[in-house]
Amino acid sequence: MRHISTVIIGAGQAGLAMSKCLSDRSVAHVVLERGEVAQSWMKDRWDSLRLLTPNWQSRLPGYGFKGPDPDGYMNMSQITRYLRDYAHVINASVEEHTTVHSVTSHGNSSLVRTNKGDWICDHVVVASGACARPKLPQLADAVPESVTQLSLGTYKSPDQVAKGGVLVVGGSASGVQIAAELSNAGHAVTLAVGEHIRAPRRYRGRDIQWWMDRSGVLDVRVKDVDDIDRARRVPSFQLMGDPGVDSIDLNTLQAMGIVITGRLAAIQDGMAQFSGSLANHCTMSDLKIGRLLRHFDDWANRMGIPDLPDAQQLAPTSVPNSPYLMSDLNDGAIRTIVWATGYSPGFSWLKLPVFDPKGMLIHDQGVVASGVYVLGLPFMRRRKSALIDGVGGDAQALSDHLIANRNRRAA
Amino acid sequence: MTTQTQDKPVSNGVDTEALIGARGAFAEMPEAASFTFRSTCDWVDGSESRSTINGYFGLGEEHTRKQTFSISSDHPEVFAARDSAPTPPEIALSALASCLTGGIAAVAQHRGIQLHDVQCVVEGDMDMRGILGMDPDIRNGFSAVRVTFAIDADASDDDIRALVAQSQKRSTVFDLMTNPTNVHVAVA
Repeated sequence: MRHISTVIIGAGQAGLAMSKCLSDRSVAHVVLERGEVAQSWMKDRWDSLRLLTPNWQSRLPGYGFKGPDPDGYMNMSQITRYLRDYAHVINASVEEHTTVHSVTSHGNSSLVRTNKGDWICDHVVVASGACARPKLPQLADAVPESVTQLSLGTYKSPDQVAKGGVLVVGGSASGVQIAAELSNAGHAVTLAVGEHIRAPRRYRGRDIQWWMDRSGVLDVRVKDVDDIDRARRVPSFQLMGDPGVDSIDLNTLQAMGIVITGRLAAIQDGMAQFSGSLANHCTMSDLKIGRLLRHFDDWANRMGIPDLPDAQQLAPTSVPNSPYLMSDLNDGAIRTIVWATGYSPGFSWLKLPVFDPKGMLIHDQGVVASGVYVLGLPFMRRRKSALIDGVGGDAQALSDHLIANRNRRAA
Repeated sequence: MTTQTQDKPVSNGVDTEALIGARGAFAEMPEAASFTFRSTCDWVDGSESRSTINGYFGLGEEHTRKQTFSISSDHPEVFAARDSAPTPPEIALSALASCLTGGIAAVAQHRGIQLHDVQCVVEGDMDMRGILGMDPDIRNGFSAVRVTFAIDADASDDDIRALVAQSQKRSTVFDLMTNPTNVHVAVA
């Protein structure tokens, strides 16, 4: 049994940023990592994935991108190297290959049990990320055995997908990227989309993330939105980190030959049923991005940003006249389903009464309970909380809270 | 980014405060949010029937209204019926229209948009060979439903489009028509 002030769980960008902030404040701590630094980036994503944010935006406390291509997008081995270099630069005390089995209360402290011994600590910082487990909808159970199912955890590249049709479920960043690369590899792809938000990679000559960052959209705080639960559920933009791909929205995908349908609503007797709400979801997506781009325009006008090309309107999403409502999963046309239905944080090892009835972690801007913190969740303190660029500010704030809390306890 | 709110008070006859209060109450006590609605239908003669609607279960108890409502249904003369009332599918179309229209009023109130006039036309396409059992590839239900709104409100075109979109997102009957539902029919 070892004692330490603070245990940080997870050595990704969030855990490392927290480690840097605690070192700056002379708080003794250790970072426990189930694999190696940046494990999820290295092992748990698909091969072609690149960050959706440009290199310049991968800012972390005391660290930033210094390479030759600030407007590029890191692939998975590049972001892995970037974070491993960060761990080295900040001299993070990371215990690798250490899997946390449980976190429980231990008097006024916490007990962290791992495969390499136990820790008693005053503070636990949960930094294992919002994307630890691919989410599968319950209706995955109703898919006939003849159809191969892949998740965001098991899908790596088109090479592993059998010849024939593929149904990709989910129209956010992961779904549209995977649908596009499967289509490019010669598969007949159907994409089932529910609520989604399209976004151009570049707008008026600048990366969309430049607009998000500079106009202050990413800095919006929890108290500035009227429904934080809804804001936390907003799906990722239909984007990919490729300067050559200006848009990967439903118009682009349809032009590639991908068939779009409404949300996968049910599977009954092997028959996949798609919702008739596709048109409304496309309208909502058009309206949302339209509002965002007008917001950018207004901001640019107000600020007098020079040398911007004229404001643009996106062409509306074209919706098929009669989208498919059903597809027989037994007839062999669809051989594979890829579930691009999001991730969940996977906090099953956190054995504390800190979950709501739906199993969501309850927290107030990252403060879970006395001495228990979380980092890296969507819109945790600000809209950018789940971005690499957002964890730094949150880690600073939580470190300050931790110190104040420690002093209060000691008093 | 956020929806606009206007300075002058907006009245669409919707008590948004009460609806927001209900959200708070149901968050505290999810079981209170379980409602069961019902309708009783009596055959009159031929294709004519009359549904009566009164009681429902909700907030943990049975409710009785002051008034019992009645909706009759029949078929038109081209189907050799007496045409004493609208057909069931027409009632379904009107249910969709009412659901979306009421939703628009509620969303407009919440967003501070004054409505002056809202009208919609709903059309449902149907191939009669389906219900007559002539072609198994033709469904009984509508092959397509179109709703067209004409809205006069103190708001931009995009804000009006957003109202209509949000109303669909939160509409019971829109959900019923666009998504499958398990329906259990038994004989008592």
